Amino acid sequence: MDERSIGLTLDEIAKVRFRTAVAGGPEKTTAILAALRGWHANVLITDAATGHAVSKAEGLPNSVGSLRGTRRTQVQGGNRVKTKKLINNADNIIAEMLDGMIKAHPKHLRQLDGSPRSIVAVDGPREGKVGIVVGGGSGHEPSFVGYVGKGLADACAIGNVFASPPPDPIVECTKAVSGGAGVIYLYGNYAGDVMNFDMAAEMATMEDIEVRTVLSTDDIASAPFDQKEKRRGVAGNFFIFKIAGGAADKMWSIDECERVARKANARTFTVGVALSPCSLPQTLRHNFEIGAGEMEIGMGIHGEPGISREPLRSADDVTDGILERIFGEMNAPEGAKVAVLVNSLGSTPLMELYVINRRIAERLGRNGISVHETWVGTYCSSLEMAGMSITLIHLDDELTELLDHPCDCAMFRAG
Amino acid sequence: MTTITSQNLVDLFLAIAAAIDQDKERLSELDGVIGDADHGVTMNIGFTAVKNALGGLDTTEADPTTVFNTSAKSFLNAVGASSGPLYATAFMRAGAAVKGESALDRNAMVEAFKAMAKGIQDRGKAERGDKTMVDAWLPASEAIEAAAERDESLAACFAAAATAAEEGAEATKTMQASKGRASWLGARSLGHMDPGAASTALIVRTMADVFAHI
Repeated sequence: MDERSIGLTLDEIAKVRFRTAVAGGPEKTTAILAALRGWHANVLITDAATGHAVSKAEGLPNSVGSLRGTRRTQVQGGNRVKTKKLINNADNIIAEMLDGMIKAHPKHLRQLDGSPRSIVAVDGPREGKVGIVVGGGSGHEPSFVGYVGKGLADACAIGNVFASPPPDPIVECTKAVSGGAGVIYLYGNYAGDVMNFDMAAEMATMEDIEVRTVLSTDDIASAPFDQKEKRRGVAGNFFIFKIAGGAADKMWSIDECERVARKANARTFTVGVALSPCSLPQTLRHNFEIGAGEMEIGMGIHGEPGISREPLRSADDVTDGILERIFGEMNAPEGAKVAVLVNSLGSTPLMELYVINRRIAERLGRNGISVHETWVGTYCSSLEMAGMSITLIHLDDELTELLDHPCDCAMFRAG
Repeated sequence: MTTITSQNLVDLFLAIAAAIDQDKERLSELDGVIGDADHGVTMNIGFTAVKNALGGLDTTEADPTTVFNTSAKSFLNAVGASSGPLYATAFMRAGAAVKGESALDRNAMVEAFKAMAKGIQDRGKAERGDKTMVDAWLPASEAIEAAAERDESLAACFAAAATAAEEGAEATKTMQASKGRASWLGARSLGHMDPGAASTALIVRTMADVFAHI
């Protein structure tokens, strides 16, 4: 080994107190173990997968007492694990999904001729009504296409997995639902979506269709209060779409529809928590790593890192922490009225969501806030991510009336 | 003096498509650290569409502007996302910069390249230091302009741009993101290369490699 070392000899190294080795790649496990067992190194800097492999080979238990960093070795996910999915060809996944969707919901949805990524409501768009066009990346089903139907959105432009749709399908949706009273674009605030929808708005304007845009920014964990305009739109879209869709169905003017959409967005607050990652069909790799005993508060619905990574706590503790953040911004006085959405990010089951909702109801009751209506289930997912989000919308009479307005969509019905 | 024909441009785009396809996993992994882990996937979908669209083009008929515009349209409609509008704008601006020309000399190619960088900055509204692809495009654009002023060859101009883009991408490791998805990370984005800047470096390096052999 001396012949392969530059600098200090092994004897000299042995006299150094902290002997740090840097090595990566599970294929080097044997060599790393030899260096460690021979005490040539007593500090190892490595990646999670290698660390896991080394400690496993050494027969270490999963939690190694005071050894800091071992928690990171028990990662869920990581790039070396291939995930399992029931797919055919990842390149055709959107087309195949839409094909199956249209066959499941022929009474609600249709694909536009020549623009298959433009999904339009069979019933809804009509002369004199403001058109509501929503859209975004795929992988969040039932968002956003599930909210296309009478009384809610008129059309949805479909993007690739976690990627904004291009301008063309958005423009085609716009033309298909324009009833002469203007069209409102409603979507989450993401750089890619903004660029594509803005390009589409320019193109629609050239065809003499008036387009207004309302961005949803309900994820209060995604940026601080003084940078509200940077916040992401997540599950709160459900309320914002519903309210704007109700206003449009009541044949309100584009000014009024835009006003209530903005009001709904300003009064909708979401915080999510992620427990385990998801994987894209094209990569079959987890999109982030998280320790087995960890959760990430505020993680985005594409796996964007959140505000803090903490040890996993009980449902009540997690709910309390999220509600504290929401109450801090909502400023709802005693006697106020809210609607609640407890949303699964994909694989967290209804059982856990109901446990969480029980605590939400308890906390709201204690604060003297009444619950007008509660939705519990998968409304805005992140493929198979585990975790959930809590959304509250602070209602007033106008928002309540619009939320109660009937709608009939492919994947959602109310009233 | 070297001139670039429509066929050369098509070859250039095919070379970029091949380079992205080969490097897509690394780009997605870079994105996984600070974004949503799909940058390699998105770029690959985009350039595969470009490759297919250009395959249907008769380069004896199509002028360079048509090659750029065909690439722009096919890229945009295949991906959307944020790279769609950014690269589509880049290619359309390049096409506009060389409108009416049937073959491109060094100066025209340099102008086309500068127009790409400007288009990306205009569309994304990012500034230098925001930790985006602009941090690779702008230094590359300045380097190619300086090289052209020194009257260096087409190959040398693009080699200078490629080096500047690589250095710019490397420098994004020291930056804190303030645009796009990575911006929500704040200080946690420090130390990681921006995936958009990384793919830019790869694209510009591929351009340099192709022009070195024409």
